[in-house]
Amino acid sequence: MRKSLLFIPANHPGMLQNVDIFDADGIIFDLEDGVALTEKDAAMDLLASFFKHFHLKNIEKIVRINEINDLDLIMCEQIDTVCLPKADTDVLKLLDKKLSTLEKKYRLTHKIQVIALIETPESILNALSIAKQPRVNGLLLGAEDLSTYLGVRRTLEGKEIEFARNMVIYAAKSMGIDAIDTPFTDTNDIDGLNKDIEYAKQLGMNAKACIHPNQIESVNHLFRPSQEDILFAQKILLAKEQADREGLGAFSVDGKMVDKPIIDRALQIIKASKE
Amino acid sequence: MNLKNSATAGTYESNDCIVTVKKSEGITIEIDSVVKEQFGKQIEKVALETLSSLNISNIHVYIKDKGALDYTIIARIKTAIKRLGV
Repeated sequence: MRKSLLFIPANHPGMLQNVDIFDADGIIFDLEDGVALTEKDAAMDLLASFFKHFHLKNIEKIVRINEINDLDLIMCEQIDTVCLPKADTDVLKLLDKKLSTLEKKYRLTHKIQVIALIETPESILNALSIAKQPRVNGLLLGAEDLSTYLGVRRTLEGKEIEFARNMVIYAAKSMGIDAIDTPFTDTNDIDGLNKDIEYAKQLGMNAKACIHPNQIESVNHLFRPSQEDILFAQKILLAKEQADREGLGAFSVDGKMVDKPIIDRALQIIKASKE
Repeated sequence: MNLKNSATAGTYESNDCIVTVKKSEGITIEIDSVVKEQFGKQIEKVALETLSSLNISNIHVYIKDKGALDYTIIARIKTAIKRLGV
């Protein structure tokens, strides 16, 4: 599962050619809001040229497009995932068809995945339908656009987006895909970022978008299971092994009964600790 | 397509370049770079290869280089040519 995804404006050579030094799980090469309207053509040419000359390994390469037709200019083997702004089910269906056509045309060796950007009131209410669309393996909450639609001011506490966060989390988790939290926009406030991550994680988010490299370390650190969680999970799994050997159906750890959901959670923690 | 006399792409930021293209007889390339002595020939080679790949044979290209790598020079030339409308 993803933890950290870093936005990089696609028209910025100095940033593009240094993306592999960052410890993010993925880079979102941004052709949308991070690029001036008059420079969209330049950004697409630059990104296409970058992908042709730089072969990035061990990092997910995600492109946030403006519209589906952008893909005609930039599609290549290097792209792992498309991030679709203001996603809705109709556009996602069209995107699926477009990607199938381009995968054949360019003889890609892998299937392109999709992260749906959930940033309108309608998409919040339709989050589960969006999560069920083909190729969608993550929902990313876009709280800035959403707040504008709602006519509310963003706050540090984030009360105004709690419903949206929950909708994204429940939709994503019900489909077994990533719930990716909205970026924290004050790049100088690391304490505020840490609190925001802790809260989003407590609700059920498993990843967060970053808008500055200095946010990656906090996101990676806080979305990894804590040492305490790992030790407890190991204890559960050891106890399960012993119970299996002794033919016991039910067993307890530290005086508490352990059943399947707790064992599954322990397995999730151990898996996440190795990622 | 909107035909112009000249067109520009790129920025003055580090690792980038500004490319200005003008219609001309034949190909001429002008390079302004603090690393022209070391990399001028390479920049010219990249520019000529890019123009060739685009089948452009009548153009003047001015490159104000701020430390751009080859992929950036290629992209900025392509964008400038497209903006010129040839």
